[in-house]
Amino acid sequence: MIAFLLRRLGQSLLLLLIVSVIGFAILHLAPGGPMSQFAAGGDMTQADLDRIAEQLGLNRPLPVQYVEWLWRMLSGDWGVSYRDQQPVLHIIASHIGATLELMLTSTLLAMLIGAWVGILGAIRRYSLFDSLATVGAMIALSIPTFWFGLVVIYVFSVGLGWLPSGNRYTMGDGSFLNQVHHLIGPCIVLALVSTAVWSRYMRSSMLEVVNQDYIRTARAKGVPERQILMRHALRNALLPMITITGLHVPTLLSGALVTETVFTWPGMGRLFLDSISYRDYPVVMGILMFTAVLVLMGSLLADLLYGVADPRISRSGR
Amino acid sequence: MSGVPFTSTAEPALPPAPGFWNSPGLRRFRRHRLAVFGAATIVFLTLACIVGPWLLPYTDTFIDIRNRFAPPFSGPHVLGTDPLGRDILARLLMAGRISLAVGFSAMAIAMAIGIVVGMVAGFYEGALGAALMRFVDAMLCFPSIFLLLAISALISPSVPSIILLIAMTSWMEVARVVEAQIRSLKTREFAQAAVSFGASNRRIMIRELLPNAIAPIVVAATLNVAHAILAESYISFLGFGIQPPTPSWGNMLESAQSYLTSAPWLAIIPGAAITLAVTSFNFIGDGLRDALDPRMEGQ
Repeated sequence: MIAFLLRRLGQSLLLLLIVSVIGFAILHLAPGGPMSQFAAGGDMTQADLDRIAEQLGLNRPLPVQYVEWLWRMLSGDWGVSYRDQQPVLHIIASHIGATLELMLTSTLLAMLIGAWVGILGAIRRYSLFDSLATVGAMIALSIPTFWFGLVVIYVFSVGLGWLPSGNRYTMGDGSFLNQVHHLIGPCIVLALVSTAVWSRYMRSSMLEVVNQDYIRTARAKGVPERQILMRHALRNALLPMITITGLHVPTLLSGALVTETVFTWPGMGRLFLDSISYRDYPVVMGILMFTAVLVLMGSLLADLLYGVADPRISRSGR
Repeated sequence: MSGVPFTSTAEPALPPAPGFWNSPGLRRFRRHRLAVFGAATIVFLTLACIVGPWLLPYTDTFIDIRNRFAPPFSGPHVLGTDPLGRDILARLLMAGRISLAVGFSAMAIAMAIGIVVGMVAGFYEGALGAALMRFVDAMLCFPSIFLLLAISALISPSVPSIILLIAMTSWMEVARVVEAQIRSLKTREFAQAAVSFGASNRRIMIRELLPNAIAPIVVAATLNVAHAILAESYISFLGFGIQPPTPSWGNMLESAQSYLTSAPWLAIIPGAAITLAVTSFNFIGDGLRDALDPRMEGQ
């Protein structure tokens, strides 16, 4: 188990290194590069631009810049924003809370609904409910998140007036209930895709389990059907879902960016969009790397948790 | 030269081969009602977008200033007009041309990159294969929208550059699919036979292995179109994709949120078009998966 853990950790670190090279290359080799924000104004002479490049160290060979940048990243110095001179890590830290809140609550919602739909679909395979759930999941995966957001705002905020149309709380009212009220809309919107994914995987995972020998044994012993489902089948069917949740992080992050934009949610996604409009390179780079780390951590955690939860895997010492 | 005789005069007459329309694969596809619905919808949408603009009384840029914000089904403008008084149906069809073209072209480029990378990585495993696949893994670590936005902000957005951009960020799944296929196919007898004949590596890859991996590639290509149309709509909606005045389904929605109270159809109509197109491609992909891979049947 320890060997597996270490090897997996080593692989992730190697991957992170490649990720950093790609991220750095994309932003520095693109036309304009990190200087484009200064050049965009048009009122600077070439001499001015050269001086800025000199001061920011942007006129040196790229490999040198990369190594120095990597070293700084590792020592916790992610640079300062071009916009307000705040340290990048500080800016990310002040926005990540809102994004995590949104991602965690919508994942929870998606798990509950998705698992329920998936289990019911597996038990009543090929029933009307199952077919509808299958088609519904396909459509849910095809709806653009931002459009679903607009529809939710139109129906529940404009039409019915039940939900606020944006922001994390009403100005001057920081109460818990007010925050929950604001969370409902974006949470539902972000949960749509995850729910569809969960219901599909839950269904096939459940179908795989109910045909196993131990389920037949339990039936033969006369265990009540309900108990078979809840105790024997569900527990084992949920195992692979750990992996699904871990691998779902990139989709969730992309969805969060769009959801935050539609609901003016002050999270990392909107920060990223704002930084891009401003060509705020250090922040764009910082968030790009930060999301990649989150994705890597998701898949690593999924692997490890799966190893802990499923004794067959840990014993084989893979 | 002994062995199996090449031809035999005593060979019994074979039953006539089933025609294209009755081939087992196509029969399975036709049985998949949703896939047929998807295919019909895509054909309809494509035809409408190609032919439609010529049949309409308005062009997509004609400004009918006295009929701004006309709601759908209320006057001469069938689907209403936008804040400038432009006919929404005309814009929807012109936008469809762009969005579908972006979807298909981005898919074609992404497939080309993904197939080459996957084929080379699967065939030469070893250090080269490992390096290529680690590159694929690393690219997949970036959430797709973040990567798309980061690059689109740096380039001057035009239709070709957006196509290239979407292709560059969506070939990785294809590479994974192809790599796995090639890796397992190359150990099969027919591939070994080709090696023993002294066929070149390139010939084995392209003429022997790739045709046998065509089923999952076709499925991946279909789903890739769906992905590309969605990706275009996301970045255009966020203002970094196709730029007005060129309409696309995504950028028609760009300003729609400001008019959600007064003119909800501005948001609802293009979004419905995107959903319809993407759902259809996903249905087709699902049907193709069932049709081309009989082992998956009943799942």
